[in-house]
Amino acid sequence: MTTIDTELPPAGARVGRRDPDVRGYFGTYGGRFVPETLVAPVEELQTAYFVARSDRAFQDELTSLLDRYVGRPTPVSEAVRWSEQLGGARLLLKREDLAHTGAHKINNALGQALLAVRMGKRRVVAETGAGQHGVATATACALLDLTCEVYMGAEDMERQALNVVRMRLLGARVTPVDAGTRTLKDAINEAMRDWVTNIQDTYYLLGSVLGPHPYPLMVREFQSVIGAEARQQVLALVGRLPAAVIACVGGGSNALGIFDGFVDDRDVRLIGVEAGGDAIVAGRHAARFTTGTVGVLQGTRTVILQDAHGNIEPTHSVAAGLDYAAVGPEHAWLRDMGRAAYTCVSDDQALEAFLQVARLEGILPALESSHALAHAGQVAAELDRDEVVLVNLSGRGDKDVEIVRARGFGAPPVAAAGPPREDVT
Amino acid sequence: MTSRIADVFVRLRADHRTGLVTYVTGGDPDAARSAEILRGLDRAGADVLEVGVPFSDPLADGPVIQRASERALAAGGNLSGTLDLIAQVRADVQAAVVVFTYANPIFKMGTDAFAARAAAAGVDGVLVLDLPIEEAGSFRQTVVDAGIDPIFLLSPTTTDARIRAAAKLGRGFLYGISRLGVTGARAEVASGARALVERIRAVTALPVAVGFGLSRPEHVRQVGEWADAAVVGSALVDVIAREADSPDLVTTVERYVAGLKRGAQGGASVT
Ligand SMILES: Cc1ncc(COP(=O)(O)O)c(C=O)c1O
Repeated sequence: MTTIDTELPPAGARVGRRDPDVRGYFGTYGGRFVPETLVAPVEELQTAYFVARSDRAFQDELTSLLDRYVGRPTPVSEAVRWSEQLGGARLLLKREDLAHTGAHKINNALGQALLAVRMGKRRVVAETGAGQHGVATATACALLDLTCEVYMGAEDMERQALNVVRMRLLGARVTPVDAGTRTLKDAINEAMRDWVTNIQDTYYLLGSVLGPHPYPLMVREFQSVIGAEARQQVLALVGRLPAAVIACVGGGSNALGIFDGFVDDRDVRLIGVEAGGDAIVAGRHAARFTTGTVGVLQGTRTVILQDAHGNIEPTHSVAAGLDYAAVGPEHAWLRDMGRAAYTCVSDDQALEAFLQVARLEGILPALESSHALAHAGQVAAELDRDEVVLVNLSGRGDKDVEIVRARGFGAPPVAAAGPPREDVT
Repeated sequence: MTSRIADVFVRLRADHRTGLVTYVTGGDPDAARSAEILRGLDRAGADVLEVGVPFSDPLADGPVIQRASERALAAGGNLSGTLDLIAQVRADVQAAVVVFTYANPIFKMGTDAFAARAAAAGVDGVLVLDLPIEEAGSFRQTVVDAGIDPIFLLSPTTTDARIRAAAKLGRGFLYGISRLGVTGARAEVASGARALVERIRAVTALPVAVGFGLSRPEHVRQVGEWADAAVVGSALVDVIAREADSPDLVTTVERYVAGLKRGAQGGASVT
């Protein structure tokens, strides 16, 4: 066999724990399944990333932005009333909803945007599903004076209209994608087509632990700040490690970010929650670990939803950010090793958790995060009062209020409850 | 044993002709007419027929071939059907046949099953768009063992080291991508195409076909001045899209390809 010697990280680069192998594999998952034209830019990215990763100046610059611009560390809040109602373990919430722009996506967007600047790329393209990654990317580009184009499925533009306006106000161009299922997967296809055409000046800022190596590693590393903070915060707050750490899994970046802090704590259960949609029937969910099989999608070998001929199955979730047919390759590996477990909750269960956390805790969580909350509620209810469950509250739910309202919630109280307050005066 | 593809290029060089490689999506607009189109392409003188496998997520393709994939999928097309289609027309066509696909349909079928079925259908070569040489190892061996030529794409961004590796691993011919970007017809042949072909020539005697963006007889003639063959895809697929509902579909396709072929004959051939 011919060996190709372009894959090794440069001498001196830190090869961190749980890094994929030199070809980007986590076990048998990952790799680099890209068209030939993208091989060179992906290698250029890998080289630049490994240099930046072990460069003090780069890390300091990012840390200072995270502190002073994003508002890190984000707090850990105890959900006192909700825990009481459930009557089980104490629920702690890692508040990524309080990060600037309202979700964890900013941690990765800033890291990669700084890398783009270092690489001399002045134009950034990105895909977005829920719009949070698009908003985070548009924000980072405004801050660092980069041109920004965001691809978004036409269906997602309708259901996450608030974030479309935010991106445009931040100076980004938002391009609708009408192909395929008109959601996140199709937006990634279009962003990759743009990248392959404009590689000279364009950086592809991928929003989750997906795509060809080094993206799954790099995005995890930029998100690992969540778990590093959370572990210390939980220990300081309750003096013990959580029994379980729970996060929703779209591509899986917020989940890997928080899991990363606890992977070596073998007694801490790591649980990822996928979108069960409205039924576990082809096309009606995005629970890759429930019905998926191994395949290749958009640059990586992982667990995907596909039909008998290897075509990608349509997906559905009330949460646009979870509505995607592939899961990050490292999750597939953690699952095979038994280090993390995966489950799913339905649209309705997520909605119920959204409403409960709003009323009992005064927090409107993103519908994506509501999936994690729904399962955390079930886990906590079965544990003792002295146990602790940590949930990654990955984002805020302002973007979702229209969806929730359309399902009949948030209307003014009806007549039987007495006249509306305006009429009393 | 030399392959049918190798024979095609030996003949082209002997005749000082530029080869014409045509791309259509298998099953577009439906299986029956797709079979007629393949026969028509052969009659019109195409030297190699590339048959695309319809796929839900063709991320290296521009809008024209994306739409072709959608039409073929809607008509029930898939990898299995594309191999059936090739088996059906194989005895009627002189041209070499190359399957052009994304990796996932092959992985889903299983590499061994794919190689066996493709060989039985009379497939001569296979080109997997999103399977660069680093990922192609065991797949390449399996298809070579089945007597099918693995064909690799090379791009203006490909380093000389990788061109050398692809030349060692590839069989039949190498496919030079004329420009950065996705598939789609353009008004002119990209300026970097010739430089890429010269870099390939410097390291290997394998024939080189150049594609992406070619649509006119003069493109074929121009490419023929420095490459062994020209690939025409999106422009041909566009003819199929426009004529899909016409009874003259196949004759229109044949006429278009015959025009390209005249461009190929006008080309001064290299060797
Ligand atoms: C708030 C929020 N949480 C989670 C996700 C899912 O992404 P990931 O699984 O990469 O964290 C998204 C994606 O848009 C999101 O906006």
